[in-house]
Amino acid sequence: MAEKLKLDIVTPYGHVFTDEVDEIVASGSEGEFGVLPDHVPFLTTLKIGMLTYKKGSETGYFFVNSGYAEVGPDSVTILADSAEKSEEIDLDRAQEAMKRAEERLKKAGEIDEARATAAIERSVARVQIAEKKQAR
Amino acid sequence: MAALRDIQNRIKAVKNTQKITKAMKMVAAAKLKKVQTRMLDLRPYAAKMYDVLLSLARAADREAHPLLAFRPRKTVEILVITSDRGLCGAFNANILKEAQLTINAHIKDGFEVSISTVGKKARDYFRRRDVAVRNSWIGISGNVRFASAQEIASDIKESYINETIDEVTVVYNAFKSMVAQDITLVKLLPLSPVEEGEENAAEAEAADYIYEPSVEAIFDTLIPKNVDIQIYRALLESSAAEEAARMSAMENATQSCDEMVGKLTLQFNKARQAAITAELMDIVGGVEALKD
Repeated sequence: MAEKLKLDIVTPYGHVFTDEVDEIVASGSEGEFGVLPDHVPFLTTLKIGMLTYKKGSETGYFFVNSGYAEVGPDSVTILADSAEKSEEIDLDRAQEAMKRAEERLKKAGEIDEARATAAIERSVARVQIAEKKQAR
Repeated sequence: MAALRDIQNRIKAVKNTQKITKAMKMVAAAKLKKVQTRMLDLRPYAAKMYDVLLSLARAADREAHPLLAFRPRKTVEILVITSDRGLCGAFNANILKEAQLTINAHIKDGFEVSISTVGKKARDYFRRRDVAVRNSWIGISGNVRFASAQEIASDIKESYINETIDEVTVVYNAFKSMVAQDITLVKLLPLSPVEEGEENAAEAEAADYIYEPSVEAIFDTLIPKNVDIQIYRALLESSAAEEAARMSAMENATQSCDEMVGKLTLQFNKARQAAITAELMDIVGGVEALKD
């Protein structure tokens, strides 16, 4: 029985994270899901949101900008369009981006709406993760 | 004396050329570093994505997605990736030779060949030979952006779905090391079928997978994306290989300049010596004449 999960987060901009962890919670397109060692093979799309991992007493947060997750019995591979560790998120900038996106949504026509909505989702998720980090 | 001046001029000219080749080498090195990190960053992602796709392809119905559908091959598309600019050794010549061989082989097998090109060198090559090119892009290799890859990919996907083309092969230089490029042929579409023996084992394994929301839904986004990423990767590899090729070509040129300057300096010294000797002989001769 596998005791640990090997978490790999890869993006087009490089390997963001790789480590052995105990538990992972990610936001799939069908809702949040948790993974413990010896999970059944599982493949899902990810939506914009947070990924949490626990390693001993340590907890880490990632912002994941949509992608795919492949879960095996002893490994989880995240293929994300982009991913940021919570420490790397600039809260002020994320909040600013959120305001900008909201304004754009108000003015946006049909075409821009999808883009603006996605921008809002991204910035909201970023802000949440960054705040979580600070509260800790 | 005229010969002396000529040699001096040539030495100067060669030294000037050397300055240029040296500078070009530096520029290529800087550019290489930039594109190389991006390429190395992308490699694990592209490889992983391909893995996921293959395991999906085993589970899914081939007819589920237009980009997966096998159909009888009639028209074969070759996407040739070269650079826009020269002075990079045999970089472009190698690729074009390989592309031409592939094209000839396909024609011999009775397929129609359609050609798309990236880079000025490939475009000009086929233009000179009066070969019709379906589509060509230039101005990418110097600054590879994901948007350019998407543009190329969307054209290819569209043509594949329209059944204008039935197979797509990419020919490009992969970056192997600073001194070596690998000519690479990648079949982009349709997704290559799984080997016979492998299939059975894989099928048993694939059956255990849980897919969310569904195999088809994941497929729908993953397949087009994979094409984007694979093309992006090919562009980045080619760009890195180009700069590496240019670096070594310029390194060689700089060395040749050194050798040439050495030879010319020797020649110059010999000529100077000869001139001095001749002058001395003249003077000695004159003195001897005066003595009498």
